[in-house]
Amino acid sequence: MTLLAPTRAGHPPPAPPAARSGRRRLLPYLLLLPGAAWLLIFFGVPLVQLAAASLYDPSGSLSTGYAMTWAVSNYPDVLQAYWPQFLRSFGYAGLALVLALLLGYPLAYAIAQKAGRWKNLLLVCVVAPMFTSFLVRTLAWKTILSDNGALVGLLRDVHLLAPDGRLLATPFAVVLGLTYNFLPFLVLPLYASLERLDPRLLEAATDLYASPVQAFRRVTLPLSMPGLVAGTLLFFIPASGDYINAELLGTPNEYMIGNVIDSAFLVRLDYPQGAALSFLLMAAILAVVFGYLRRAGTEEVL
Amino acid sequence: MRVSRWLADRWVMIVALLVLGYLALPILVVAALSFNRPSSRLSYDFNEFTLDNWRQPCATSDMCDAVVRSVQIGFIATVVATVLGTLMAFALVRHRFRGRSGINVLIFLPMATPELVMGTSLLALFVSAGVPQGFWTIVIAHVMFCVSFVVVTVKARLAGMDRRLEEAAMDLYANEWQTFRRITLPLVLPGIVAAALLAFSLSFDDFIITNFNAGTTVTFPMYVWGAAQRGIPPQVNVIGTAMFAVALLLVGLSSLRGRRARRANLLAGPSGHLRRSS
Repeated sequence: MTLLAPTRAGHPPPAPPAARSGRRRLLPYLLLLPGAAWLLIFFGVPLVQLAAASLYDPSGSLSTGYAMTWAVSNYPDVLQAYWPQFLRSFGYAGLALVLALLLGYPLAYAIAQKAGRWKNLLLVCVVAPMFTSFLVRTLAWKTILSDNGALVGLLRDVHLLAPDGRLLATPFAVVLGLTYNFLPFLVLPLYASLERLDPRLLEAATDLYASPVQAFRRVTLPLSMPGLVAGTLLFFIPASGDYINAELLGTPNEYMIGNVIDSAFLVRLDYPQGAALSFLLMAAILAVVFGYLRRAGTEEVL
Repeated sequence: MRVSRWLADRWVMIVALLVLGYLALPILVVAALSFNRPSSRLSYDFNEFTLDNWRQPCATSDMCDAVVRSVQIGFIATVVATVLGTLMAFALVRHRFRGRSGINVLIFLPMATPELVMGTSLLALFVSAGVPQGFWTIVIAHVMFCVSFVVVTVKARLAGMDRRLEEAAMDLYANEWQTFRRITLPLVLPGIVAAALLAFSLSFDDFIITNFNAGTTVTFPMYVWGAAQRGIPPQVNVIGTAMFAVALLLVGLSSLRGRRARRANLLAGPSGHLRRSS
């Protein structure tokens, strides 16, 4: 306001040179141009290309070329052929998400509220798995769950597993691998939310005769909602599109939609089918995400 | 009674430590397997202790070639993505302009899109444009998915910066370039370094997007994927363990530096940073 006062009094401040103010206005666009162009060309345009490929004539092939026939029927066709894998993807990812919440919430809560000076060390432990290669870690589960391993031996001895029962190459192994691989993505945002939780609010709740369960349901849980929503999405999106766990820890009976898309593009070279499946996957994930966000009622995370 | 009381107080911490154990278990197994002489090529079980794998990490030479290629790709992709992302972060934090929300969406979307969709769509583009796939298409793909993470990381650092430090420099007759060189850049640098490290680790470890855009080029994750079908050489675990050790070392060093810097700040007295209560 004080800056404007002299102007009104009839003494305009010296205008900046025109060239300079022009450059100022252009500067943000110049800074944005290379990065935005890269994202547009290599992220935006490919999505359009994929959409086009999903409507190509399915009888074409990579060597003879594809004709654009607006073959919308590709979509119902692939859905009919691969709906079990679709269902399995979301089933496994959902199951893994439930497991991850049961494991991840206490972990995030303990680090945020109970760890004291060990907080940073424990946080490093959460991200530590990501220091080494995703594939090598997943292969390590093959050793842990192996038929000759200690875990299977123990479970067989206590009769939790039949004498010829297996852990590897079962849906259990795939869900376990998914839970393990994406757990840090759930824990970190949850931790960030819980860290800001004022412990005095919990004390107040207890003073007002809330049981620990009530205090959790009425105070902790609502206040951790933004982190919970962000963490669930960061977990669910990659988990439902993953096919590494199903391939390495499962069998074709556990194949998820990612395995089908991978083989459509790289083995069968059926691009229209692969593209239609990719788009269906994205649409399904978006539908789940937006439906979930609407129910959770915290749209600000986007 | 006392035991149950003790458990009631500490069960959250106990569960947390068990979960951390679950997270740590595979790393311990990888480290152990790096000292293993497997009984057969397709066996994943621990058989016999040996130091051979560490003595000759490159016994299977195509694995080391793959590691070198991954480092090269990671390095180029990191440099390009860090430069592009940092420029975008500066524009977003320091300037007001039209179309900001569109740019924000463009940066957010790649982080929310399944890797599978990004990988297949790039493949569709390269094939239809007749671009041969290989080293450079991998670099292009990696820059694409790293840029957003760089923007987010650098933006966080820039937004938390005290602008009055720059104003003070200008008041003391520093021109724009000097202010940027001597004040802005050193203050943002930790954010840029963190972003670059994040970009490198994302690039080095990427499998899904690379798999669709590599042609016949083999990166380290692609080598492991292929070897999983033919039998994994134990040296893969040596690389896995070494990667882990290097990353841990970097984190340790940076936390040491951070602690020293914080102590120095404490000695220099409160920064006088005003906090708004909103």
